[in-house]
Amino acid sequence: MAAGAPAIDLKHGPSATKARIATEGPLARLILIGAMLGFLGLFLILPLVAVFTEALARGFGVYWAAITEPDARAAIRLTLLAAGIAVPLNVVFGLAASWAIAKFSFRGKQLLITMIDLPFAVSPIVAGLIYVLLYGAQGWFTPALKAADLQIIFAVPGIVLATLFVTFPFVARELIPLMEQQGRDREEAALSLGASGWQTFRRITLPSVRWGLLYGIILCNARAMGEFGAVSVVSGHIRGHTNTIPLHVEILYNEYQFAAAFAVASLLTFLALVTLVAQILVGQHGNREAPVIP
Amino acid sequence: MSRKTRPVIPGFGLTMGFTVTYATLVVLLPLAALVAKALTPSWATLWATISDPRAVASYRLTLWTSLLAAGINGIFGLITAWVLVRYPFPGRKLVDALVDLPFALPTAVAGITLTTLYAPNGWLGRWLDAVGIKVAYAPLGIVVALTFIGLPYVVRTVQPVLENLGSELEEAAASLGADRLQTFLRVLLPTLLPALLTGFAMSFARAVGEYGSVVFISGNLPMRTEITPLLIITKLEQYDYAGAAALGSVMLLFSFVLLLGINGLQHWNQTRQGA
Repeated sequence: MAAGAPAIDLKHGPSATKARIATEGPLARLILIGAMLGFLGLFLILPLVAVFTEALARGFGVYWAAITEPDARAAIRLTLLAAGIAVPLNVVFGLAASWAIAKFSFRGKQLLITMIDLPFAVSPIVAGLIYVLLYGAQGWFTPALKAADLQIIFAVPGIVLATLFVTFPFVARELIPLMEQQGRDREEAALSLGASGWQTFRRITLPSVRWGLLYGIILCNARAMGEFGAVSVVSGHIRGHTNTIPLHVEILYNEYQFAAAFAVASLLTFLALVTLVAQILVGQHGNREAPVIP
Repeated sequence: MSRKTRPVIPGFGLTMGFTVTYATLVVLLPLAALVAKALTPSWATLWATISDPRAVASYRLTLWTSLLAAGINGIFGLITAWVLVRYPFPGRKLVDALVDLPFALPTAVAGITLTTLYAPNGWLGRWLDAVGIKVAYAPLGIVVALTFIGLPYVVRTVQPVLENLGSELEEAAASLGADRLQTFLRVLLPTLLPALLTGFAMSFARAVGEYGSVVFISGNLPMRTEITPLLIITKLEQYDYAGAAALGSVMLLFSFVLLLGINGLQHWNQTRQGA
């Protein structure tokens, strides 16, 4: 950030001239700012305004009824359940993976990191499809499941599995660079002073990555609650039973109940806004290396 | 760095064992099932499925709409990153935070909202319809949805590079007589290129697999506005599991190639920045 630092320039005289040359003129600035605001206004602000306008288009009564009717409540419960299982499991995985990857050196590390990245690269439809192929009508594990009288596809476990897959990398990808950056000197010091491995992890490692961990959890949770494609493939869309909030929005929309669809969608939009605010608050703490890009 | 003694830090076996087991159960085994299922029928059947005209039309549509959306995001993402880093203006923090909205907003919400905006009777659709431009239920609608979901990538890859870039390079160029445009094209753009391409590739990769936001706005007409993920759903609904697996494998292969490409680009970006 050396911008504006005066420098002696023998050839071109006063540095003020140079500072002017090394930046854009006022007109160019105006055009660039205008282009940005136009683009973001069209693609971000307008949709945000539209969600809430459409949600309240038929009045607050319709809005309230749409988000409190039994099917909507069942969808909210199922979404909370799926996120409540998927997020903690992926937190445990993220902590274990980042500990193994960042604190030790071993062969095939890069391959393991690429594998952890895979769910980000795979289409949500493929994410749902793979579980149908494993546990669905003609799946590998179907005979065993039949024998145990367990249904996974078109049932709640399938939804949890699909959610688990699409949110798999978030916490690990956030923690790996952070732990690598912090090295292992402090852990080694604690151990040499007689702390046990678990104590070292709890008292030294965990506090130093807490903001990064929280950041990963926020992103993981947002995706878990909002996932549509993967969950849609495995859910079977049984109202009141296997519908998550995003699937409930789809059903209402396809039944031309637009106000109700947008009312439920506004809950998810509200969640997205809370996520953004939480990201800002948490992002101010700690030195995050690079943003996790899903 | 590498010491011959045994590492003092414990827990490698436990954490590594858990990581590999969990990753195998959640990621590797299911993906293996997909490829195995695709290969169950004969090669001829597999080839017939993935080279079927309807499938090929869906690849073509998915690719060109994704490329166009990533291109739009490349240009406007670069402008957005530039303005956010270089120009102080009121509300900059808020705009900066808002850029992440497409990551946080569920795709289904984006889908129904964009459709409502661009439908022939929508806020924007009615004006576009009047001049004969059809966006919703047409390929252009797919481009709009894919632009939305890929919007943050270029901004977030270019922004840190711009922040770390001092003004010395530009001042040197200016003092040597380059005008502003020359400085941008010859000095800044080459420096930003690895980050810009990384963001472009990420936006493209995300767009290729996207389903939720597209399914509402596209109209889903076979051969015309049917993207590959939707064709997979259609096959599943017809209980054609092998066909769905075949198309899914094509997408998986493509994603994997893109992932390797993006990793390569990121490596180039880091070495360029480190230099």
